[in-house]
Amino acid sequence: MAAVGEQRITYDARGLAEPVAEVPKISEIDGQRARFDAKDLTTRTINLELRWLLYEQGVKEVEIDNPGSRHSLGVGILTRCKIRFNGSLGYFGCGLIDGPEIHITGRVGWSACENMMSGVVVVDGNAGSLTGAALRGGDLVVKGRVGARSGIDQKGGTIITLGSAGSMTGFMMQRGRIVICGDVGPGLGDSMYDGTIYVAGKVASLGIDCVPGEWTDADAELIERKFRIHGLGSPPELQKFVCGKVLYNYDKLEPSERKLVL
Amino acid sequence: MCGIAGIIYRDGAQHPIGDEMTRMLQSMKHRGPDSTGYALYGSSPNGGLVMRYKLADANTPRDFDFEDRLRRHRFEVESRLSALGARIHEVEEETPYAFRVAFDFDGDLKLLTDFVEDIPEAEVLSLGRALEIVKDLGDAETVHEQYGLSKFNGTHAIGHVRMATESEVDIAGAHPYWAYPYSDVAVVHNGQLTNYFMWRRRLERAGRRFMSECDSEIIAVYLAQEMSGGATLEEAMHRSLDELDGVFTYIAVTKDELGVAKDELAAKPLVLYESDGLVALASEEIAIRAIVDHEIDTYDPYEREVLVWQQ
Repeated sequence: MAAVGEQRITYDARGLAEPVAEVPKISEIDGQRARFDAKDLTTRTINLELRWLLYEQGVKEVEIDNPGSRHSLGVGILTRCKIRFNGSLGYFGCGLIDGPEIHITGRVGWSACENMMSGVVVVDGNAGSLTGAALRGGDLVVKGRVGARSGIDQKGGTIITLGSAGSMTGFMMQRGRIVICGDVGPGLGDSMYDGTIYVAGKVASLGIDCVPGEWTDADAELIERKFRIHGLGSPPELQKFVCGKVLYNYDKLEPSERKLVL
Repeated sequence: MCGIAGIIYRDGAQHPIGDEMTRMLQSMKHRGPDSTGYALYGSSPNGGLVMRYKLADANTPRDFDFEDRLRRHRFEVESRLSALGARIHEVEEETPYAFRVAFDFDGDLKLLTDFVEDIPEAEVLSLGRALEIVKDLGDAETVHEQYGLSKFNGTHAIGHVRMATESEVDIAGAHPYWAYPYSDVAVVHNGQLTNYFMWRRRLERAGRRFMSECDSEIIAVYLAQEMSGGATLEEAMHRSLDELDGVFTYIAVTKDELGVAKDELAAKPLVLYESDGLVALASEEIAIRAIVDHEIDTYDPYEREVLVWQQ
């Protein structure tokens, strides 16, 4: 049986998508909490089990053991809940989510939390490239280092990394904030339209039209608040970088804001 | 897209790398289902040379003369090796068209390779005292079974699953590439090289040969060229960052080293796991998890990084 909001796949030429997967229903459910071991499950059955718990069993708190670095786990979860992965995720982990509070005790691969709308994701380990790509809202906290092009095309929300970041961080970002407590690679904020990048360590080089910004009390308040909420200790001294606005004029509003203006 | 993987053991002992590399590559099948290749480093008995060569492809049209021609060409390879003074110990027929020859030879390997490849449709896939390249169409388990890799033990290995974007789906277009005529060096690559034709013309003028239209072959031949000029693997790889254009993550191996290089955009993925006994790296962590069953700490190297490990 397909879970809520999911379309049945009927054709699969490459034998990778498991069109006939069923919900395994192996979780130990205790009221609003549940836990299951993903060791012997496939990517699709893990996601089916998770959706079954959250959408059909009224579970609000799920713990998943042995995710085993598989791709596309915990994607498209559109309800408020708590999810904890005891282990690492592969590519595209927790993408397209709206609402959940997710804790990953291992690392994540490329494109974690892509297009996240709201919620909180905390990663105890490192993250791959394109972390928080096209992030729209919510907080993404990586306690290790992140790869190249983190916050690419970011449209809102906050990405915090306690470690270093790779090249082209904040490439073409349009809104939101990136906080890097370590060093950052070449091309920081290349072609950014708007938004703010804070860096504590060394910046290898700035990208096109990314310039140092003026520090304000609002910046200090925001950083202090985010670090306090996520229990990250006292924030390091940060430099601020913004768009020089020499190349682009950008005044697009989110659809919800456009309504307010009109 | 393509997927690459590498493992190197640091204890110098023999490990079941044929099986392990298969598990790594099979877990990345979604990155490339066209062909699968291995460069495996074992220890050849009595320290002789091992040559892997092929006379046709799995998808070569079978005309009425096909089997006869294979037999003639195979006989021709062995008689040419003998004519150059090689003492053949063993010939294994792994498939009807791909062979493994173990022999002793002290002469010029370039001459020997050129003489063998002068035979129509013959291609030397690898030549070395430790290196053996196995590549064919299909996924890792298919190639593993076809070539009996479960019996292959060794110290280090690299592998590749290919999604063909730039050239033919055949054995010549599959990775790894041997660094002709430099023994025991092989390369796997994920990415595209944009100054391929410039380098191909330059290296051909320097006497190097190309067996495919695949841009990745340039890397192996380029490294061979630099190393025959006296550079170490690490020096050659550092130079390649400035001289090769395009996006790439590639893994290069010699008989006792394994190195990885990333381009200046860090455009192609690589996940790295280092422990006291083992270094494993792959395009996706799921491949490393296929051989390490506990939770591990891994990271992605940054742009322009060159890392080399000794066995």
